[in-house]
This record gives sequence, structure tokens and C-alpha cells, in this order.
Amino acid sequence: MRRSVSIAGLAAALLLGTLGFGTGQKSYVASAQEKTSTMEVKIDNFSFGPVELTVPVGTTVTWTNRDDIPHTVVSTDKVFKSKVLDTDEKFSYTFSKAATYPYFCSIHPKMTGKVIVQ
Amino acid sequence: MSEKKKDELLHDHNNDGVNRRGFLKCMAWAGTGALCVMQGGVLKSYSLSRLSELNTAEAKGELSFVQISDSHMGFNKPANPDVAGTLKAAVDKINGLTAAPEFMLHTGDISHLSKPEEFDTVDQILKSAKPKDVFYVPGEHDVLNDDGKQFLERYGKGSKGAGWYSFDKKGVHFMGLVNVMNLKAGGLGTLGHEQLEWMEDDVKHLKHSTPIVVFAHIPLWSVYPEWGWGTDDSAQALAYLKKFGSVTVLNGHIHQTMQKVEGNVTFHTAASTAFPQPQPGKADSPGPMKVPAEQLRSVLGITDVNYVQGQHALAVVDSSLA
Repeated sequence: MRRSVSIAGLAAALLLGTLGFGTGQKSYVASAQEKTSTMEVKIDNFSFGPVELTVPVGTTVTWTNRDDIPHTVVSTDKVFKSKVLDTDEKFSYTFSKAATYPYFCSIHPKMTGKVIVQ
Repeated sequence: MSEKKKDELLHDHNNDGVNRRGFLKCMAWAGTGALCVMQGGVLKSYSLSRLSELNTAEAKGELSFVQISDSHMGFNKPANPDVAGTLKAAVDKINGLTAAPEFMLHTGDISHLSKPEEFDTVDQILKSAKPKDVFYVPGEHDVLNDDGKQFLERYGKGSKGAGWYSFDKKGVHFMGLVNVMNLKAGGLGTLGHEQLEWMEDDVKHLKHSTPIVVFAHIPLWSVYPEWGWGTDDSAQALAYLKKFGSVTVLNGHIHQTMQKVEGNVTFHTAASTAFPQPQPGKADSPGPMKVPAEQLRSVLGITDVNYVQGQHALAVVDSSLA
């Protein structure tokens, strides 16, 4: 469904961003050049930030709850599921397979996000 | 009661002496402490300071009970560092009511993180309340990590499914519903097919004149879906209750009092005993709202409900803890 974006093509990603790729939602594309193996998602004000994250295979994503209310990070397709995260607690998951992983907070299901692994 | 003339009802669709305006007028008293009782077709309101002048029957009607909600035991953030203290204040308020309520409803989020010690603390504090029976439904904070197993073990004796049940008191039919389980990404609260089927069956044989009280954690009306303040399949549940002349729906979850009257259905949300939340859309998120310490108890509260036989609507009264 989703077009595959060359991980080397940061410029292409930026271009897509300019064209409104990601339907205007905040997104972040990690390029292979960064050699980052860890990415962060912050939970603030009942939302995941960035709401959409694109990472290379092998990346570990860490979510941190910065709200005064507990949240969870649960894959819609049941790939990963955190315990409840109280304030400042973290959950990490390492993505070893390329796919799109939609997720949500099972306590506040209006909170949704997505990790795209390429 | 020199104000009485001004409070006379202009429209009385239910023929029960209560119209929306009259009710809201009465509700407006609540913040300063008032008790409303239905009697002889007329809704009467009394300032709490005058309660001692009333005899018990007058203050109570046929059935009186109290709703408390959202204790969030274990919460310790700036919005309220002492949720045990404010729950105790709620119990004091209940024990101070002239007509002792017969029982209590707790509409969920008993605990903040589903920890055993949080439930234990609430149980301990509620032991000092005069009403000994407490009927619970879970909030989403009560079923974390274990799909509600602990909640069911503690509070779900004799319940069905995820903890729903019904009971009768003095001719009023009560239904405790669970709408915090199996929530779907992007969705609201949900009752689910199994519970809806049970509901339909549960009310099938009741007379249309039976007053119905439904209580659940997340509002069963669309308060503010953007913040998840609603229940996806509540319309189906309410459809089963259409035939009844008097339906009162009591919810928590949104940590503020709100009311809506739709035909014969009165929807009401109770204040939290722990911390307030912002009005719909009035903040970046529905997170805990910090108010000056001296104002905190004025935005927390309990809800007192009175039923007088032969009248359509139950009188629902909010009192702050201030």
C-alpha cells in the first residue's frame, strides 16, 4: 500500500515531506547515514511524537511517557505490547523486519502512531 | 423559599414536575451544596445548611444512594498529591448526609495503576462510610496489565463476562456495565457484542414503568469523542432501554459533572474524588488539571441520587468536597 522510500534517499524523503507525504502529520525519517540504532518516541499530552517514524531494519525504538497519566504502547497487529508506563517510564522494541507497524495506547485508544521499518 | 415562584416550571414534558430548566436551576445549586428531592411531582431543592430542618423521609424519598468515581488511588502528581485524603473527605461528606444513602456506586478508576495496594487503600477508606454496600464497575485504570483479572477477583463476584451485572432495589433496576475492555485503536469505549446481548435479555421481561439506572465508567453519550469521551456502541445499548419511562445513566471518567437530558434518558457524569480534568477541548489534552490547592476540593465531589416512587426522573445532585 505504502510506496517504499529508499533509505539512502534522505533528499527524496524531504521532497516527499514537502509534497505532504504523511498526510500532514509529524513524521521523521531516519537515514542510513545516521547509523542510528536507537530512536525515541515521546508521549506528551496524550499523543505520540513523532506520530510516524521511519527507521532502518534493526532499529530499537524507545517510547517515554512524559504525561502525568499512564499510557501503553501496543501494536495493533499484536507484534509488541508494553506493560503500563507510568510517568517517565520507558518501553523499547527492536524492529528486525521491514514492515509498517501501527500502534496505539490501549488505555486511551484515540492515541495512535506508526513505525515504518525499511 | 422566596425564590420558589421564579423556579416554577415552564415546560413539563414528562409530566413529573421537572423540566430541563428547572432541573438545571437545581443543579446550579449543587456547587454550593444542595439536595434535590422529587416529591409529589415537584422537584424541591434545599440548601445543605437547611438539611437538619428536614425530616428523613422528606430528604430521602424511597431510595437514596451515592455515586463516587475516579478515586485514582496511587496518583501522586501535583494535581493532587493526597488522593487518599480527598477520598476520605468524600466519605465524610457521605456520612454527613442527613438521610444516609442505602449504598454506593463506584463508577471506576478506583486505582491509578491497578496495584493491589491501591485497591486495598480504597477498600480500607470506604469501610468508614455509613453505606456498607458498594457496587463497582471498572475504569481503564483498574484493568491494566491483566485484562481485569484482579478487578474481577476483588469486585466481580456473581458478575458476567468482564464484570457486568444487574440488581434491583425498591423497584429500581440497576445495571452495571463494563466499557473499558478490548478497546480498539482509534476508537472509544466499547461494550461489545456479548454484553449487549446480555443487556437485551436482562431488560426483556421488565415492565416499561420500571425505573432504570445504568452505570458505567466511560460516558455512554458522546461528550467529546476527540478525547475518547464516549462509547462506540452505546446507541445499541440505549436502544434496548427506549421502552422505559425513566432511564438514568451515571458515568465517571471525565472528572467533571455534566448532564444531558434526552427524552426519558438523563445522562450524568460525576466529579472525581482525586483530580479535575479540563472541559472538553479547553486544553491540549484531557490530562490532570492543576488548580490552586485551596480550590482543589471545590472541583472534586460526590453525587447523591434520590428516587421517589411514581415519579419519572431520579434527582441527581452533585456536592463538592469543599
